[in-house]
Amino acid sequence: MQYTLTTCAHCGCGCGVYLHTENGRVVGSAPSKNHPVSRGNLCVKGWHLHDFIHSPHRLTTPLIRKNGVLVPADWEEALDFTATSLTRIKKDHGPDAIGVVSSAKCTNEENFLLQKFTRAVLQTNNIDHCARL
Amino acid sequence: MAGLATTFGSGAMTNSISEIEQADVIIVSGSNTTEAHPQIARRIIDAVDGSAGLIVIDPRKTDISKFASVHLQIRPGTDIPLLNCIMRIILDENLVDDVFIEMRTENYVVLRDMLYRLDLDETAAETGVSLEKIRRAAKLFGRAHKGVFCYCLGITQHICGTDNVRSIANLAMLTGNVEKQDTGVDPLRGQNNVQGACDMGALPNVFPGYQGVADPTAREKFSRAWKSELSDKPGLTLLDMTHKSRENGLHAMFIMGENPMLSDPVQDKVKETFDSLEFLAVADIFLTETARCAHVVFPAASFAEKSGTFTNSERRVQHVRQAIEPIGDSRTDSEIITDLSAGMGYAMAYDNPAEIMEEIAMLTPLYGGMHHDRLNENWGLQWPCPDRNHPGTPYLHKHSFTRGKGLFQPASHQEPGEPPDEQYPFKLMTGRVYHHYHTGAMTRASHLLSRECPRALLEINPEDADRLGVRDGEYVTLSTRRGNITICTKITDRVQPGMLYTSFHFHEAPVNKLTIGSVDPTAKCPEYKICAARLERIQS
Repeated sequence: MQYTLTTCAHCGCGCGVYLHTENGRVVGSAPSKNHPVSRGNLCVKGWHLHDFIHSPHRLTTPLIRKNGVLVPADWEEALDFTATSLTRIKKDHGPDAIGVVSSAKCTNEENFLLQKFTRAVLQTNNIDHCARL
Repeated sequence: MAGLATTFGSGAMTNSISEIEQADVIIVSGSNTTEAHPQIARRIIDAVDGSAGLIVIDPRKTDISKFASVHLQIRPGTDIPLLNCIMRIILDENLVDDVFIEMRTENYVVLRDMLYRLDLDETAAETGVSLEKIRRAAKLFGRAHKGVFCYCLGITQHICGTDNVRSIANLAMLTGNVEKQDTGVDPLRGQNNVQGACDMGALPNVFPGYQGVADPTAREKFSRAWKSELSDKPGLTLLDMTHKSRENGLHAMFIMGENPMLSDPVQDKVKETFDSLEFLAVADIFLTETARCAHVVFPAASFAEKSGTFTNSERRVQHVRQAIEPIGDSRTDSEIITDLSAGMGYAMAYDNPAEIMEEIAMLTPLYGGMHHDRLNENWGLQWPCPDRNHPGTPYLHKHSFTRGKGLFQPASHQEPGEPPDEQYPFKLMTGRVYHHYHTGAMTRASHLLSRECPRALLEINPEDADRLGVRDGEYVTLSTRRGNITICTKITDRVQPGMLYTSFHFHEAPVNKLTIGSVDPTAKCPEYKICAARLERIQS
């Protein structure tokens, strides 16, 4: 069993949580005793933090819509299709024709990259997330 | 956040979470703390155990209100008149902090004159709470040595959200309860990294660290660092994108880890937008309601499968550490973005998240000293942290406000966008429950959490239930001018007569089909907390 100290992802408290892993699977969560917010305590969402990770409903492959239905595709095709579509729309309708929604559930580094992508590559400020919801 | 940003100069919780239990009087307003922020509720309850006074402002009998010395059960949407009443009483009782006002604030006279013009009896009547009760709360807070004001979306998700926040800031400055340890104004952030997403500039008007896109100096700095021409035109907000794509000429969207189909108001409108887009790409860990509308869906890695940082409600930047490899063929969002960027001819070369943080630190003074090696020691760092030697900042505005002097901005009552009427006689409020998080994509995948809380419940007062002949646990039709849903009832006096309450975690009872599209004009926060609704029994 391995223990990885990380930060809970279920609310703004930001409790310190240990994820228990065994054979590449996360099998449990437990509070950090010394973390300034959790202090050995977690709420029900924190204790069950690991439950969704291995859910059978997780997406495991890219999907592309063909003839109206989403079908599995490989990464290269999905990335190419997206890059081509965004480039075309930017050229035809201008940068402000593209909108980007970032996420309050993703990391700082990912949010930084996505806004950099929006501003420096797409060249629009059309980026927001659900801070107001 | 717009409210605090203009008064204090910084839109974030001024305290650390651990300071809350040191306060001697705490006000909690529009926050169902025990369910949405359990660890903060714990600090509040600890403080009460240690003889602190607790004032709860909430139309509902929430669990935290059971610990209150005074529970002000206001009519929904009357926060401003209530706070104005409290401030007027503090003024009359001579409990204002004259020295603080003189030294640290400006525009006080305008607030004072407005308060003196107030008819106390009339204003108290608007709130639906007795003047005597308001007086008790006002005296309690006015006499506090260390007063803390916690609030949440019950304050901001109103048409007058920004003015609500300004009124809270007014009260804190009037009584000198800010700028010192164990005193302050604390907006509790709902999602794990909502603070970080704002700090990182995932907002239409600012670069990372709240540096304005319209500011030529900031723009030049980022333009030079990123070697790209940057737009000076503030972008569209979320609702401008999901509700008004056509008016705003939007043809494509890229959505990372969000589910606007359940989280944005007026679901039909959001659906219409997504269906009309020429191109929609979504990156998520589940096939959410939003991903189902996309042309391309990228499988993303969850927080357990990547490294990086989250910033919590108390501005603490902390490590997220990888426990396992990404599931299946999924990839981290960073990888997806950099690959996409490369595909569009712009190379972003980072070996690991620590390198991304180096760039953040270089461009963002608030995060100037946030390096991954430092965050690994102790328990992360609280911003502002301008350089490598800075210890971080447990509470904001020590000695002076970020903007210089605190600005008093008086506000007056505004009627909600849609008051109840004969056709739609109920006031419908929305919020969260203890067992679930946001649109439920993650928590509902947990069979234990789902077992504890399997369905959306509509809270209704026994008086109303009797009158309509509704039984506990009965499925009813709940409708507003936007649409209708079928939902299970729970008869409880947690809500007052004439009010209904439910949560937004369940796609089977998508309450955002019902909620109103009106927003606060400054912060663009949707008015989730009140709209007019009707309830009908299902005829069998």
